[in-house]
Amino acid sequence: MASKAQSKSARKGNFAFNEKRRNTDHSSFLTHKGFLWMWIALILSGASIYGYMTIEVEPRHNGGSWFGYTLGTIGALLILWLTMLGVRKRRMSAGHWSLKAWTSAHVYLGLALVVVGTLHTGFQFGWNIHTLAYGLMLFVIVSGIYGITVYASLPRALSNNRNEMTRGEMVEALAALDRQLESAAQPLARANSDRVIAALKADVFSAGFTARLTGAYPLCATSRAFAAFSKGANDEAQERVLTLLERRKDQLGQIRRQMRLKALLEVWLFIHIPTTIALIAALTAHIVSVFYYW
Amino acid sequence: MPDLYRVAIVGSGPAGLSAAAHAAALGMTHVLLEKTDHLSDTIFKYQKGKHVMATPSNLVLRSDLDFDAGKREFILDTWNRQIEEGKVNVRFDAEVVEIAGSIGAFEIKLKNGDTVQAESVVMSIGTQGNPNMLRCPGSDHKMIQYQLDDPGEYVDEHITVIGSGDAGIENALGLAADEAQRNIVSILNRNAEFARAKAANVALLEEAEANGRIFVRRETNPAEVKDGELVLETRDGTETIPCDRIIARTGSQAPRKFVESCGIDFTSEDRAAFPQLTPSFETTQAGVHVIGALAGYPLIKHCMNQGYDVIEFLNGNLDLKPADEPILAEKFAALPGTRSVEEWLEVFNKNIVILEELSPLQMRELMLDSDVRHYGMGDVIFVRNDPGSSMFAIAEGSVEVEVNPDDASITVPIEQGTIFGEVGLISGRKRGATIKAAEPTTVIELSRGAALKLIATVPAAGRAVNRITIERQLLQMFGSGLNKDDVAELVEAAELVDVPSGKTVIEEGADDKDIYVIQRGSMIVEKDIGGKPVFLSYLPAGSYFGEMAVIDGSARTATVKAAIKAQVVRFPGEVFTALMERKPQLRERTMEDMASRREVNEFIEGQKDSFSGAVDMYSQTAQFLVDNGLGEATDVLLIDEKLCVGCDNCEKACADSHEGLSRLDREAGRTYAHLHVPTSCRHCEHPHCMADCPPNAIKRGPDGEVFIDETCIGCGNCQRNCPYGVIRMDAKPPKKPSLLSWLLFGAGPGPGEASYDWRSKKSAKEGATQPKTAIKCDMCAGIKGGPACVRACPTGAAIRVAPEKFLTFTKLVEGAD
Ligand SMILES: Cc1cc2nc3c(=O)[nH]c(=O)nc-3n(C[C@H](O)[C@H](O)[C@H](O)COP(=O)(O)OP(=O)(O)OC[C@H]3O[C@@H](n4cnc5c(N)ncnc54)[C@H](O)[C@@H]3O)c2cc1C
Ligand code: HEM
Ligand code: SF4
Ligand code: SF4
Ligand code: SF4
Repeated sequence: MASKAQSKSARKGNFAFNEKRRNTDHSSFLTHKGFLWMWIALILSGASIYGYMTIEVEPRHNGGSWFGYTLGTIGALLILWLTMLGVRKRRMSAGHWSLKAWTSAHVYLGLALVVVGTLHTGFQFGWNIHTLAYGLMLFVIVSGIYGITVYASLPRALSNNRNEMTRGEMVEALAALDRQLESAAQPLARANSDRVIAALKADVFSAGFTARLTGAYPLCATSRAFAAFSKGANDEAQERVLTLLERRKDQLGQIRRQMRLKALLEVWLFIHIPTTIALIAALTAHIVSVFYYW
Repeated sequence: MPDLYRVAIVGSGPAGLSAAAHAAALGMTHVLLEKTDHLSDTIFKYQKGKHVMATPSNLVLRSDLDFDAGKREFILDTWNRQIEEGKVNVRFDAEVVEIAGSIGAFEIKLKNGDTVQAESVVMSIGTQGNPNMLRCPGSDHKMIQYQLDDPGEYVDEHITVIGSGDAGIENALGLAADEAQRNIVSILNRNAEFARAKAANVALLEEAEANGRIFVRRETNPAEVKDGELVLETRDGTETIPCDRIIARTGSQAPRKFVESCGIDFTSEDRAAFPQLTPSFETTQAGVHVIGALAGYPLIKHCMNQGYDVIEFLNGNLDLKPADEPILAEKFAALPGTRSVEEWLEVFNKNIVILEELSPLQMRELMLDSDVRHYGMGDVIFVRNDPGSSMFAIAEGSVEVEVNPDDASITVPIEQGTIFGEVGLISGRKRGATIKAAEPTTVIELSRGAALKLIATVPAAGRAVNRITIERQLLQMFGSGLNKDDVAELVEAAELVDVPSGKTVIEEGADDKDIYVIQRGSMIVEKDIGGKPVFLSYLPAGSYFGEMAVIDGSARTATVKAAIKAQVVRFPGEVFTALMERKPQLRERTMEDMASRREVNEFIEGQKDSFSGAVDMYSQTAQFLVDNGLGEATDVLLIDEKLCVGCDNCEKACADSHEGLSRLDREAGRTYAHLHVPTSCRHCEHPHCMADCPPNAIKRGPDGEVFIDETCIGCGNCQRNCPYGVIRMDAKPPKKPSLLSWLLFGAGPGPGEASYDWRSKKSAKEGATQPKTAIKCDMCAGIKGGPACVRACPTGAAIRVAPEKFLTFTKLVEGAD
């Protein structure tokens, strides 16, 4: 044990590197390194278009010409590399890489694929595996565009809604209100206390898919109970329950908005990733069939 | 039972037990006096099932009792058995309240009025001290307790916690945590605010109060304790509440007063000081010995060895070599020559000025925490800008300092017997210059802990270090044109001033003319613009301020105040002016600095006219960050919540690169203007966590990181001492299946920290539960590429920065897109 401790203190640090890191500016994945990857993507797209316009291919541009093969190879490699983001994100290895740089490159090179892939097709479409692969690619890209839109627009709302509370604190705050409601409902008449019990019984977290995404909970028992009580709270016990129900409604609102924002930030990945897998399958079929019929 | 014992041992911790066991083995007449009704109260009070560790592993145990790492219960059982078998004469419920008499005839008074006579006394009462009692009628009522072991133990009770510190709040929260226990918990605070507790604890308490789980009674004192009732004195008169149990957590009284009342002197006034001791642990009161934690040795093994040793000494075996002899011999083995451990200690003691006053025992202790090294002529000892928090002392030989970064041939000598590297120690930052051995040289490298202890316990050493620090800091700051003699007058006139957090050092508009150097802590510079204070800049330790008024004789143009508790050196302006007149380079240098500072200030003032909103935002954000501990940070994790998508990849990456446990809590922590300071180590300049670590397991590494090494014994002191709540106590989790098998077959919990359930089930299945130790962020030092949390953030929201680099207008306002 002691020797291990020594090896740690005897370890040669890299102080200069760390000093530089500590002086980092803060830029997002979109503006990373002065839009480096945007420029690279633009150059790639520009070169592809320029090639398409100037290079003469007989009888016409298609995937099977040498230029078509070049674009196809670039496109296929790009797709494979873009897919690797899923692995990079989960494998925390040492090294001078950052997921921000990867995402930056992913976004811009992914967009460049629209140009590279489309030109690769030579605008020859049909009801076949080739066009299926192309269609899937566009679908992945469109979902990606949705992704960066929400990445750019929703974080502020997430932060505002959270208001310095953690998930655990929100759940705990709700549980505390529930405990208070339970005892406050004791003196109520049967019909009224049933309303409160119904509100308490509903499982907040088993919200359906649409409820989660829209944030609309038309059957919310708490809102109903609140509505019922606010029509006529005529004694102290009912007043107290009403206030607590209102607080519960607000707390539920915060949790639901949080779930909604998180869902909006994640839901597209449930399209982006499976479609990527379908795309890889279609791409493989596309390549195999091309070489098979060659 | 004899009337006069050969030795009375006070306190039955590991130190006292081991002493008593050895006395019994030697057939010496003895009595072991223990305050409580069980042995070894400190260990008895550890959490149930705590894994007790036996550090340092290279120290041999010398005791009649067995001790090895293991469960608390097993260790206490073993000792109970061995004490019984060894026929040790123990007296329980025997709290010693006075030791009178002198060597050969001590009269030891117990709390119950009995007395015990002994020829000599061994004090091993540890450092826990006595809890403060309530000061009201009924304070001896049996429903009052001073400790809470298991909050889950009580149900259906009215429980009142008294005390507004962290311990009290944590107890109250624990008691109210489980609704099913149906306890009615109240907490009393004498004041209106919980000022002494951690912000995180206060927040939790306020939340519990809002939720109706805890009744918080402010400005309330206990007036009388009665059966089943507690009378309170509130602002609006007295009130009586039902009460079944009182938990009093109003702090404890350190044992120092009691020890001093026995005629024992301490080495200094400092709180960190220990009793003065001879090599045989004898105090300034002949015949009374002090061992164990009270003597400054908090590890159980040390305590037990000293128990054995002190009895050997009393038995006349004065040649006994301390048990740490082999460790020191190993340390000194690489030194040239054939000196023995004792001879080397003598050389160090004699040659090094600041060690002159140390006793042989203190020398040994110091050397255990230090390193000795020999360098050939021209060997580099450290390089400019290396981080370093240790201090060096030259035992033999001399070194030279490369004062000019651009010209290695310009050097200044430092002679035998003095110290160097002390600036790094004081300000916890970078080395100011490269230092080489000028001839074959032997140096001692004192770890930060050892050096601070030395400064605290030996006042003369403290003064010497301070003087040298000020002198060198001046030379370093104002460049190579000056030498020692030039600044002598300044050093002479220097005055060290402690500045509490938030206190103003320089007031805008005032016309005092002093100049200041920040020795520890940091300052913020503000200016009143349009009736509002506007943040201008941040000054870290090692910078100076106040020069503008000195140079151009104007009134102060801005306010400078402490961002956190700080220490500054004040130099009278006239002395500085005189020096500038003699040394034009100094004037030039200062003018340059002043000009660039003016520029920053004017820029911000200029912005204020046209972009008032941006300046307010800058000012408020900077203040927010300072309030959240950036003032003492060296490296802090920030999250821009305008970019954070809440994917928690940062936490997952941290866990995956650190044995499966995350060292950051992304959501916890404060946020201002979408800038969030999550719960993660700030790598403080002067880490609070280091203060009280028995094995000195918390260190500063080569990248500036504060880390905890494998010698952590899991005592939890650092967790309590860190004001930012970033240390967690947890067991190293079992290994997860690989990423590939998770991706393909869904094996294991996937990336990130596994749930508590998964971890405890898996390790139970593997039959290898690990002890809980302290874990915290190590800045990913040693991992190529740097902080995993930052690298794993897909959007660039997470950054790790140094405050002095980040607290600028550009970074805070313009950089945020
Ligand atoms: C939570 C925690 C975990 C720790 N874990 C470890 C670990 O894993 N490994 C390790 O090596 N160290 C550990 N330590 C440190 C270690 O427990 C203590 O430093 C050690 O117990 C000190 O021993 P001691 O004999 O000097 O005093 P103590 O163990 O404090 O014993 C003093 C005894 O004296 C009694 N006493 C006090 N005043 C009087 C009086 N006036 N009259 C009579 N009796 C009196 C007390 O009741 C007590 O029994 C830990 C400490 C803590 C707090
Ligand atoms: C054919 C092209 C593309 C493929 C194959 C692809 C594939 C992937 C994959 C496999 C992931 C990893 C998801 C995960 O594991 O969580 C991912 C993430 C992502 N993709 Fe794409 N992608 C493509 C194009 C695009 C485009 C054009 C954009 C944007 C305009 C985009 C934006 C993103 C974003 C923002 C992420 C999330 C990053 C993160 O949160 O870690 N993608 N993509
Ligand atoms: S653990 Fe806490 S006290 Fe220690 S360096 Fe980190 S933030 Fe500072
Ligand atoms: S720097 Fe490393 S250890 Fe510290 S919080 Fe980030 S990932 Fe964890
Ligand atoms: S990795 Fe970045 S985006 Fe994800 S939660 Fe952490 S800070 Fe937010």
